Amino acid sequence: MFAAENGLKGDPRLEAISAAIRVVPNFPKKGIMFQDITTLLLDHKAFKHTIDIFVDRYKDMQISVVAGVEARGFMFGPPIALAIGAKFVPLRKPGKLPGKVISESYELEYGHDRLEMHVDAVEPLERVIIIDDLVATGGTLSAAISLMESQGAEVVECACVIGLPEVKGQHKLKGKPLYVLVEPSGLDEFC
Amino acid sequence: MGHFVSSLGQSVCSICLTTPSLSFVLRFSLCVPSSESRESEIIMAGTKEEDVKDPRIPKIASSIRVIPDFPKPGIMFQDITTLLLDTEAFKDTIDIFVERYKGKGISVVAGVEARGFIFGPPIALAIGAKFVPMRKPKKLPGKVISEEYSLEYGTDKIEMHVGAVEPGERAIIIDDLIATGGTLAAAIRLLERVGVTIAECACVIELPVLKGREKLGETPLFILVTSDAA
Repeated sequence: MFAAENGLKGDPRLEAISAAIRVVPNFPKKGIMFQDITTLLLDHKAFKHTIDIFVDRYKDMQISVVAGVEARGFMFGPPIALAIGAKFVPLRKPGKLPGKVISESYELEYGHDRLEMHVDAVEPLERVIIIDDLVATGGTLSAAISLMESQGAEVVECACVIGLPEVKGQHKLKGKPLYVLVEPSGLDEFC
Repeated sequence: MGHFVSSLGQSVCSICLTTPSLSFVLRFSLCVPSSESRESEIIMAGTKEEDVKDPRIPKIASSIRVIPDFPKPGIMFQDITTLLLDTEAFKDTIDIFVERYKGKGISVVAGVEARGFIFGPPIALAIGAKFVPMRKPKKLPGKVISEEYSLEYGTDKIEMHVGAVEPGERAIIIDDLIATGGTLAAAIRLLERVGVTIAECACVIELPVLKGREKLGETPLFILVTSDAA
């Protein structure tokens, strides 16, 4: 669900976060309005607000694992993990993790890709949140959920800074709750 | 001081009072390595000048896992993912960097893809600085400037968004590890080209045998843990 629907309606922090995200048209290809969070990372206040909102939500939920999807999930996951006292687990493209891994494939627009995790990273019954900067189709997050469940861990929620319109109204992803802060910036002029 | 044989049959020397986990391939030493120990002795270190015996460092060092023959035979890979699983060690790592850089006029923390993205943002948030990702080619969506650097075979490029930093800003550059120093040297050149001063490069681990420090020129380097693995 969107943060505004879940108690943060009118929260000025959400507006600051949304305003800090830059839209880059036609990247990586024509027709895509790319949501660039690097400008959010340059705005210390807005970046801090982003982390604070997630930390406030998860700090009393007995979360022991924050998993972040490579590479932009690596920028949001660790600060949340540190603040709530959880482990940080990177979920990576194939061939990057040096130890024994498990992997899950997911669909791309054309073809598929794989997401990997170290086998010893999470233990059965651990409570996990999965972080990425943006959720579009939910394919990557679904693969991440599968990785966690294959280890017997419980995914409590998936959390993203930005959620594309496809997910609006979709409160669950593969049966798991989805929490999103803002909608994409810059769509108004095209709708 | 005691000697024990790790699960891999290599002897190590340890003053540490905690029992290192033998499920990881780790060798940890506070002293001069014994003549029998091979490859990766993890030794505590601070800066080159001081021999900092920060009591948090042994736990940080012992939380790093060494994976032999990754990505190819002969390389002893320093795996920081196990440090990230140790909440106290990860927090201590960030705290040490934050204590060092807070209040020093650092307005930019630049992190090198991808493991620099894990350490950089928590530091940036804590010291009130921007976080600037320095990425492999074609990942950043906006207008970029790039810097080439040498690999063992061929070259690669590191990129940064135009406008991410401004002339006169003071930066630190973060990565998990410095090996040959090629990537960090390229990151320094990239930032200096746009008028930024690099106060220091900071890494969790240094592999001094690869002499990466020499590539950094005048830029100081701060390290938490040194490893003789190469």
